[in-house]
Amino acid sequence: MHMIPYIVAYAAVLVFVVAVISRFVMFSRLPMHLRWELYPVAHEGGKKAVYGGSYLEEFEWWTKPRDVSVIGELKVMIPEIFFLVALKEHNRKMWNSSFPFHFGLYLVITCTVLMILSGILGAIWADYAVGGLANIIAKIVTITGVGGLVLGLFGALGLLVRRLSARDLKPFTTPADLFNLVFFIAAFGAALALFATADTDFTIVGGFVANLITGNMVAVDTGATLLLVTVVLLSVLLAYIPLTHMSHFVGKFFAYHSVRWNDEPNMPGSETEKKIPDLLMQNITWAAPHINGNCDKKKTWADAATENPAAQEDK
Amino acid sequence: MENQNNNPAPMTDRQRDVSRKISEIVELTDISQGDGPLVDIPIEDQIPLPPPFDKIEDEPAHTPLTDEARKKYESDLDMTIAVNMPRPETNEDEERLVKSFLSGMTKLFEEENNWLFLEPLIISVEHCAKCQTCSDACHIYEESGGHDVYRPSYRSEIFRRIYYKYIKGESTWVHGDIDLNWTAVARLIEMSYRCNVCRRCAQTCPIGVDNALLAREIRKIASQEMGITVQELHEAGSVLQQKVGSSTGMNALVVKDNLEFIDEDTSERAGIEVETPWDVEGADILLIHNAGEIMAWPENPGAFAVLMNAAGLSWTLSSDLAAYDGINYGVWYDDVQFARTAMLHMEAARKLGVKKIILGECGHAHKALTVIADRLLTGDMNIPRESCMTMLLDIVRSGKIKFDKSRNDFPVTLHDPCNMVRLMGIVSPQREIINAVVPEGRFREMAPHGVENYCCGGGSGFAIMSKHNFAEWRHRFTGRRKFRQVLEAFGNEPMDKEHPKYICAPCSNCKGQLRDIIQYYDAWNKAGIGYGGLVELMVNAMEGVEHDYIDWEWH
Repeated sequence: MHMIPYIVAYAAVLVFVVAVISRFVMFSRLPMHLRWELYPVAHEGGKKAVYGGSYLEEFEWWTKPRDVSVIGELKVMIPEIFFLVALKEHNRKMWNSSFPFHFGLYLVITCTVLMILSGILGAIWADYAVGGLANIIAKIVTITGVGGLVLGLFGALGLLVRRLSARDLKPFTTPADLFNLVFFIAAFGAALALFATADTDFTIVGGFVANLITGNMVAVDTGATLLLVTVVLLSVLLAYIPLTHMSHFVGKFFAYHSVRWNDEPNMPGSETEKKIPDLLMQNITWAAPHINGNCDKKKTWADAATENPAAQEDK
Repeated sequence: MENQNNNPAPMTDRQRDVSRKISEIVELTDISQGDGPLVDIPIEDQIPLPPPFDKIEDEPAHTPLTDEARKKYESDLDMTIAVNMPRPETNEDEERLVKSFLSGMTKLFEEENNWLFLEPLIISVEHCAKCQTCSDACHIYEESGGHDVYRPSYRSEIFRRIYYKYIKGESTWVHGDIDLNWTAVARLIEMSYRCNVCRRCAQTCPIGVDNALLAREIRKIASQEMGITVQELHEAGSVLQQKVGSSTGMNALVVKDNLEFIDEDTSERAGIEVETPWDVEGADILLIHNAGEIMAWPENPGAFAVLMNAAGLSWTLSSDLAAYDGINYGVWYDDVQFARTAMLHMEAARKLGVKKIILGECGHAHKALTVIADRLLTGDMNIPRESCMTMLLDIVRSGKIKFDKSRNDFPVTLHDPCNMVRLMGIVSPQREIINAVVPEGRFREMAPHGVENYCCGGGSGFAIMSKHNFAEWRHRFTGRRKFRQVLEAFGNEPMDKEHPKYICAPCSNCKGQLRDIIQYYDAWNKAGIGYGGLVELMVNAMEGVEHDYIDWEWH
């Protein structure tokens, strides 16, 4: 029985990692698409990003070196990731719940990472537990853990209320959307209950995580039932997230880097140009008359793009 | 044009019933229900315009669809028609069309059939958080008084639900339920033409979901699989261009003849001898205008010729098929038609051996050839493409032409064409040019402007679509925000004809839309609001030009 939380946690981590990597691989393997950038593009240098300008503002732009600023991207990405700036600017009502929800998640992730770090340090450093570093980490674990759970719970409740009551959200909300929020509320609520009743300094959870790191799957006595519930709920949630549209943290990465900010020009001889012939040699099976009308043989994109059936009509 | 008169028929009982529903929520599942329009918004539900257009009794009357049109064409969305889909005669016809739609939707998600937009499509289908941030960014939704049917996410969510239920076979508990029938498909296709594809909504999406892209993908299913297109965009648009050379119907002989006339007229108006060069092999620049300029605004190609000749540039036009018309309507509805026209443009440049192509004042031509076609071109077809904005700015900066700002002593505002600005990041050159040719204090920005600017309302083909009462619909809903912006920009000016005010719109389609809005609201006569391009403003300020180049009354 005491093995259950360990097995569930290991399985959840495995599912999460495999699912997230799979999504990254899926997006990475998609073929190069046509350019569809949207300004402002954060990496435009020379202060162009401030007003949304691009290298296409330069006279004979292809003769000039491109000014691409990684710092510029980070200046947009970091506030966006941590503070949901776009949502704050354009949809404050949603941000009021979404920001605490997401920031709470980040704090819970921080707390978990610190517990893992603590477990690793404890396993490889004999005197770790008696040192000052362990105390410091333990305090940060408590602060980020409690802060994250409270914020996350507050945010999830706020989002649930909005989904159930807001005129613009309700018609678009599916049972799964509500379930997802209730799932978060249940998992975070259980964790908070564990903290309040049996684990006020996160030593039980911390010990459990340390055991996960070392593979020492011993029984945890204090608060065992609540710990079991909490671990199972959080673990299943962890595994569940990347299997749903909540994996939008992966989609968002590609939305920004591969679409919105992907302004890489196709220069002669470039890697981009080298990819094009293979793409154009793919078959096209669209059925409309102007594409495959009166055509028995297979047609490629190159065929379709270079023929002119309209002009042929008169001949 | 059908059913265009100044005396609309009185409102029928049915229309009154529809009007009463407006404050009600239109559910996503309503898309497949009933056989009447989902919405018909009375003018009272729309936000009043600023003075002097703020009186509801002065709002132009709305012409209803004729009974004949409603009987003949699918018109069950919102009391107007963009696509002209004949109503199927039998249930079998309906089933065949629904199957064809699903077949097209399947192909959208296949690498071989849609590698061109597969990644943006998947991101937008799989990751919407349904937060509705996009709605407030959409001028159509806002100007409709906030009606559900015009939410950018409304059509996207229906598309998504059909995809998950009928293509992927996934749970409706997770993705939401929807019934699929011909009514739903017809409304969805029609609804894909209730979006200007300006992508302002995508700009505000916290995740990067692009509802405008999805609207365009739906149009692609209709065109590329079902053969359902908007006549003005397809038969009279891209097909005509590929057949005779231009969507205006001009063949090479006619366009040369017209340009000769324009040269003569421009020489007379400007007092500077002008001659447009044709088919000059080895010229540095191939200039490609939107041929609509040649037909509707001849002063624009005339002004280009004046400026480029005065600057001593080596340039030419091409009389090859499609190469004298920069339009590429495929960019709005069909990837194959888009690619074909782009190839014709590039082939003409390759044949002449030019160093670069300069796109004239046409936003979608800019985006089509410079950006979207970029990853279709290889080898000697990969010739640099450049905006006329940077070329014109280079002329200004070179000092080869002297400008007298005082000749443009009237208020000027600038419309930012979405394709050129939000979608290409060409923001500052046109502003620097205006500041060089307009007196200090005369230029006023719209709010918002630059990459956050609103579409003129003519985007994605709307400017040339006017069958039935669609033109009125576009003035009332898609163009109303731009007109509001213009009125606000000129808000501190006397609003009468004696004080002319200039909307500078460096894009042919935007100009067409502004022309129509000005006419619809009678804004020239009532408020002295006129419009034109950027090169006209430049030539108007040129030293040595004998007469005023801007002709306010002409349009």
